[in-house]
Amino acid sequence: MPKPLLTLIGAVLLAFGVSHYSDHIDPYYLDVITGVGINVILAVSLNLVNGYTGQFSLGHAGFMSVGAYLSAAITLLLGQKLFGDAGGTDFQQGLLFFAALIVGGIGAAVAGLAVGIPSLRLKGDYLALVTLGFGEIIRVIFQNVESLGGALGLNGIPNYTTVFWVYSFAALTVFTVVCLVRSTYGRGFLATHDDEIASEAVGLDTTRYKIVAFVIGAFFAGVAGGLYGHFKLTITPTGFDFTKSIEIVVMVILGGMGNTPGVIMAAILLTVLPEVLRSVDEYRMVLYSLLLIVLMLVRPKGLFNFDYSRIAARLRVRLGGSGNEGTR
Amino acid sequence: MTEFLQQVLNGLSLGAIYALIALGYTMVYGVLRFINFAHSDVFMVGAFIGYYVGEHLPGGTVWGGLVVLAAAMAGCAVLGILIERLVYRPLRGGPTLNVLITAIGMSLFLEYTGQLVFGATPRAFPAIFPSKVISVHGLIISMNQVIVILVASVLMVALEFTVFRTKIGTAMRAVALNPKAAQLVGINIDVVISFTFGLGSMLAAAGGVLYALNYPSIDPLMGVVPGLKAFVAAVLGGVGNIPGAALGALILGMVETFVDGSRWSTYKDAIAFAILIGILLFRPAGLLGRYTAEKV
Repeated sequence: MPKPLLTLIGAVLLAFGVSHYSDHIDPYYLDVITGVGINVILAVSLNLVNGYTGQFSLGHAGFMSVGAYLSAAITLLLGQKLFGDAGGTDFQQGLLFFAALIVGGIGAAVAGLAVGIPSLRLKGDYLALVTLGFGEIIRVIFQNVESLGGALGLNGIPNYTTVFWVYSFAALTVFTVVCLVRSTYGRGFLATHDDEIASEAVGLDTTRYKIVAFVIGAFFAGVAGGLYGHFKLTITPTGFDFTKSIEIVVMVILGGMGNTPGVIMAAILLTVLPEVLRSVDEYRMVLYSLLLIVLMLVRPKGLFNFDYSRIAARLRVRLGGSGNEGTR
Repeated sequence: MTEFLQQVLNGLSLGAIYALIALGYTMVYGVLRFINFAHSDVFMVGAFIGYYVGEHLPGGTVWGGLVVLAAAMAGCAVLGILIERLVYRPLRGGPTLNVLITAIGMSLFLEYTGQLVFGATPRAFPAIFPSKVISVHGLIISMNQVIVILVASVLMVALEFTVFRTKIGTAMRAVALNPKAAQLVGINIDVVISFTFGLGSMLAAAGGVLYALNYPSIDPLMGVVPGLKAFVAAVLGGVGNIPGAALGALILGMVETFVDGSRWSTYKDAIAFAILIGILLFRPAGLLGRYTAEKV
């Protein structure tokens, strides 16, 4: 079997193992761990759009909300009908949850397609604004749909999200993004990012690449939304506003755009950091925004964007070997 | 008919406020080619300066109101120039994405520092201008609306004069057209950009005070929504185009007021974005904008 697939299976098994013993983990830490996993999915999937493909989307929270609402509606309404008040066995619940997550993801992907086709002809700032606009429109629509709770949101969502689900999907997201970008087809994303005009000149359909990246990104955002809904047990339209999108964008930038390990580290750091900063809660967001500005001024390529070949060369010199390879 | 005229009047005063904010966006975009996300927060700071100055002045007089406006405008001009000098200038010439992100960071910084300094709870804005309500054949005209429209018109005429009739305005237009060529003919780009930020921030501050007058409660996050809408207005008129921004803002103000008065009023906040998406799809250069070919 190919190595990435083995890693994926290994990660899922590990997630299953950890989940099995989750009763022994302090609930507070379990919450943080789950939050980290969801943010990893969001950041890595957005990285495909903002990092690898070089488009600037500010609507990730909008897709997340589509997935969250859709999957919550399924488990709430369908679960009640299928299992009655008894609630069904663990296996039945798991199956339903899985189906709900996938449907949520597909719903978000369809929304991504609908948003992507018209707007991806635009560039840079304009694309950022249009995606932001779509995110806000989605939010206003959810606020107005009474059957989904309107402005109050949906309550009483069953508590299905476990470490197993979150980390399996996190592993799947990383697997998909990494394998896609490394594939022959996936080089097109990088080419679109590097130089759109040159890519078009050699015959790449850049708009198509952008849309594919957008749809895949939206799918995983939808799944993450479903996980989030079944983790927080209550969702409101305002929970998925512009600020949430920015939060995810910051993770991608901090990690270094188009650098999956860096983005994962940033997602972990930015989920844990607010917990650590609880003591200085009121300064949290000020520090956060300052960090963003200073980072752009000092390390514009991201905090975790290291040049590995240079580090290796330097290490080799230090260890006494010849550093020639690195300087070539 | 009266109701229609009433809505037109309300739309006009809302549009005038959007126009004041939109002009700042459009001018900065004209010279620097980036969206100054922090602009909407300069608008908020303007309202707060107005609040603090207004507290210490006898309310309800015309000169008091004008002093408040002038103070807010001066304060924000300094703030705008400082932001540009400290944050945007070091990044000039860098990748656009980085500048955009820095602008978002600056916006968040102003908002959350505002929450620390001013407190997050909304406050009532003092009535700094004389408040009177005139009723003409059932048409209710509040003094505040008249002031909003008057002040906005005066400021826009002043801006038009500055940009098209003065030396610095000519330099601004030259930089917007071609920064390198402008530099070659001896224009100091740094001065022009600082001036643009100052001018734009002044207008935003005036917008902030006028907005606070009509919607008399202010909080540190008040700038977000009007700011986004004003940007939509700028895009609608053709970003980088000064008369376009004013036109777009008036259209947006009207449309929003009429939607607010209809039975789809809960979708009021979505309509601006729907317009944005529509205009970008069918006429990306905006109503008055000109298409430019991209050079390789």
